[in-house]
Amino acid sequence: MKFGVIRFPGSCDEVDAFQACERFADAELLWHGDRDLRGADAIVIPGGFSYGDYLRAGAIARFSPVMEAVREFALGGGPVLGICNGFQVLCEAGLLPGALLPNVGLKFVCRQVELVVENPNTPFTRASDEGEILSIPVKHTTGRYYAPEAALDELDADGHVLLRYAEGQNPNGSARDIAGVANSQKNVFGLMPHPEHAVDELTGSADGGQLFKSLVSHVGALTPA
Amino acid sequence: MRGFLKARVLIRPKEGILDPQGQTVERALPALGFKGVKDVRVGRMVELDVPDSSRIGEMCEKLLANPLIEDYEILVVEK
Repeated sequence: MKFGVIRFPGSCDEVDAFQACERFADAELLWHGDRDLRGADAIVIPGGFSYGDYLRAGAIARFSPVMEAVREFALGGGPVLGICNGFQVLCEAGLLPGALLPNVGLKFVCRQVELVVENPNTPFTRASDEGEILSIPVKHTTGRYYAPEAALDELDADGHVLLRYAEGQNPNGSARDIAGVANSQKNVFGLMPHPEHAVDELTGSADGGQLFKSLVSHVGALTPA
Repeated sequence: MRGFLKARVLIRPKEGILDPQGQTVERALPALGFKGVKDVRVGRMVELDVPDSSRIGEMCEKLLANPLIEDYEILVVEK
């Protein structure tokens, strides 16, 4: 099982994401100009400021050559995890519903938050139980999840919200405390918190590992022994 | 420039979308003696020279604005 971690000009968490992936499986860094994903079984789009976040966060990255390959991979059912800026890129690319707006407090927020696993029946959360609490840090300025009310109802009804900020911990004013959403096929998932920064007790929590473990077990389940 | 139009695209948060930047500016104005200002919205402006204005709407839909969260307005300022 191999993770492909994408590096854009302006990415800054790709090495942490790469190292987090390597704890659980093989991993390879992919450049934004690559047109093929070199056999990766799961793709991680990491945090940072792709292309300077010019215009809007994630607006330019979605036109990069590698994103064409990611789109094809995602449409074919391949699992794609977008973290922070990666979440913004996936929303801008139309692979995930909604958009990320500036934090309601207008400030950069950097803190540990508790997340509730709302739907454990997906490639990203299958290592967890429903209601499990994960302690994972957030660090962003543009993380307020927005979707129109009708779309939010649909997301709730169909189990698209995989992670929600625990009560009273919403750091950015996200609609309905949404920390991470998946597409309707549940093979594309984006979240603002950084699981790759929480894979070792040394940094206070290893709960982020649950997402990487889930992906490894998902891919393993697809591959004949 | 001969054969080009100068256009401006004004982009602002859609109505109903909370705009904390606008709110902050609105709160700051009275402190400077500007009373009675309301509904402040902060957006951005993109200025561009184009051979013709026919495709600016498409540019807005695809890149310059995010139609889910932003409204845009196209002004041709100089022919």
